[in-house]
Amino acid sequence: MSESRAPQAQDYETVLAGSATNVAAFDTGRATALDRVQHALHSNPAGVPLIVLIASVIGFGVILGSKFFSPFALTLILQQVAIVGIVGAAQTLVVLTAGIDLSVGAIMVFSSVIMGQFTFRYGLPPSVAVLCGFAVGGACGFVNGWLVSRVKLPPFIVTLGMWQIVLAANFLYSANETIRSQDIEAQAPILQLFGTSFRVGGAVFTLGAITMVVLVLVLNYVLNHTAWGRHVYAVGDDPDAAELSGVQVHRTLISVYVLAGLICALAGWVLIGRLGSVSPTAGQFTNIESITAVVIGGISLFGGRGSVLGMLFGALIVGVFSLGLRLVGTDPQWTYLLIGVLIISAVAIDQWIRKVSA
Amino acid sequence: MNQRALIRAAAGLATGVSIAAFASTASAADIGACLVTKTDTNPFFVKMKEGATAKAEEIGVNLKSYAGKIDGDHESQVAAIETCIADGAKGILITASDTKAIVDSVKKARDAGILVIALDTPLDPVDAADATFATDNLEAGRLIGAWAAATLGDKAADARIAFLDLTPSQPTVDVLRDQGFMMGFGIDVKNADVIGDEDDPRIVGHDVTNGNEEGGRTAMENLLQKDPGINVVHTINEPAAAGAYEALKAVGMESNVLIVSVDGGCPGVKNVQDGVIGATSQQYPLMMAALGIEAIKTFAETGEKPKPTEGKDFFDTGVSLVTDKPAEGVPSISVQEGLDKCWG
Repeated sequence: MSESRAPQAQDYETVLAGSATNVAAFDTGRATALDRVQHALHSNPAGVPLIVLIASVIGFGVILGSKFFSPFALTLILQQVAIVGIVGAAQTLVVLTAGIDLSVGAIMVFSSVIMGQFTFRYGLPPSVAVLCGFAVGGACGFVNGWLVSRVKLPPFIVTLGMWQIVLAANFLYSANETIRSQDIEAQAPILQLFGTSFRVGGAVFTLGAITMVVLVLVLNYVLNHTAWGRHVYAVGDDPDAAELSGVQVHRTLISVYVLAGLICALAGWVLIGRLGSVSPTAGQFTNIESITAVVIGGISLFGGRGSVLGMLFGALIVGVFSLGLRLVGTDPQWTYLLIGVLIISAVAIDQWIRKVSA
Repeated sequence: MNQRALIRAAAGLATGVSIAAFASTASAADIGACLVTKTDTNPFFVKMKEGATAKAEEIGVNLKSYAGKIDGDHESQVAAIETCIADGAKGILITASDTKAIVDSVKKARDAGILVIALDTPLDPVDAADATFATDNLEAGRLIGAWAAATLGDKAADARIAFLDLTPSQPTVDVLRDQGFMMGFGIDVKNADVIGDEDDPRIVGHDVTNGNEEGGRTAMENLLQKDPGINVVHTINEPAAAGAYEALKAVGMESNVLIVSVDGGCPGVKNVQDGVIGATSQQYPLMMAALGIEAIKTFAETGEKPKPTEGKDFFDTGVSLVTDKPAEGVPSISVQEGLDKCWG
């Protein structure tokens, strides 16, 4: 141990001479092409599903020719995904708040059963019965929202329970009875409103399919350009920060679940149009299908990120693969297998995009 | 505030649960029986449950009912059988979701001295159960196939046929109805245990419906996309047929396509009346269940087991073709008679 007091560098400081002396600065290096893609996708969350959708339409178009790549077949896909697309819009709202809604399909079916049974069992005017269906859908959503925001139960648990409760109520109330298409047509045609179709050239549009597209466009506007929409994103991204910034977190959460319930009721009405009849056994897998659309659509399950347009593309991708693979003539299991691959790929890509630098 | 709300909610839930628990342990009788169905959602099984419950009350059997959550829910059925064994039941009536996998659980029950009767769906192998009370689904398919061929007459030679089946896993009932239809229609089925190995050019294709309207509509749309000239549609059941009709109506083809189906539920028979479905093979779930309950009572009292119908490996509970356009050489009953006997 030396007694030297000279301001000499200590042993362990000698390495400093070799270290960098410039001031910290932003990386000025040119971004690689991959970085730029990553950036572009980060600012356009619906980009990946749109690319996959276009690629799959072109792919199946090349394999199958005019059987697939015709206005009729392409609008048929739109009709086939209308229900999942509408329910997916409700699911999107909930997922954006970092929640998940397992009860959407059950609420949809129950609302459609209410609309049908109130008309046929109690003789209410069909339009009043439809309103009752919406009221029930909204009420289910309100209970979900209240339990999530006020009682602070996890959304997964709340909606898992609600799913069972609503589905059981549906079967108990309806006694599993289907109301036939012919009876509805004769006595309450307004219930089949969304089945109305019209042709534009070879393309066939149903009111249900158009409703889905319009709903998604409206929600896209509302989510991006209104205060309420930005609050939904803020609550999903960081509820504490949102609350500190003056966002009414409870009110926003409850409104999201109520709106989701109302949209599910709308889906129930559209469902009657598609099936013609009111069937209590419909929609058994709609909750999973809507989550699939949301995930393939690039919406983050952690909340606060993603676009409702992506959900629509996600739903359409599933529709394109389902019809395409059926026309190719494969075993239906291949469709499920491919959808599984798509789900995992979508989340993997989402994780990669999240790591975007700066 | 939040905590109080939570406690209130929990207390309410607990009260509800305990009331439900008390309600279900109300009655008791000497002979216990269990009914295990695929789901509580399909009207066919609902009717089966009604038939069993009514018969059980009438002859003094204590019946408990169980069901899977969805068609294919095997675990719930295994749990139900275990519960019945523990409960000391004398007999089990079961419509198996997974006819092979359930065999082990059924064996346990039989080893415990319980009479096991398969309702509607034979187990695989069929002798895994003490008896099977079922519709002859091959005959059900054969009847509608023969009716379709006879109704088309000469045009049957160049028919374009779509098959709307049940699920991708090809359960027995699906195979029997599908292949039965082909036999009745005059199509070479090759291996009668497999759907899809046929090479008859009249077959447009097969798609699955999950036996409901939604699946029926989508499957019909898919097959129409494959061949818009379809003029005969075989459907696994009447909800699938109703869905197929909606798809045909959407493209204005409903009047030139012949739809045939199996089941005989009331909405289905009404659809025959309205010309949505050409003909349907009607089965009798109420009778299946009632006969099953009687057999359990007989077994509990005398130890005698039910015997199969002669020439078949199961007890045939009958099937009739329902149509108002009878075809020559195919026995059928009128829609009115079908409505009198319909279920659900």
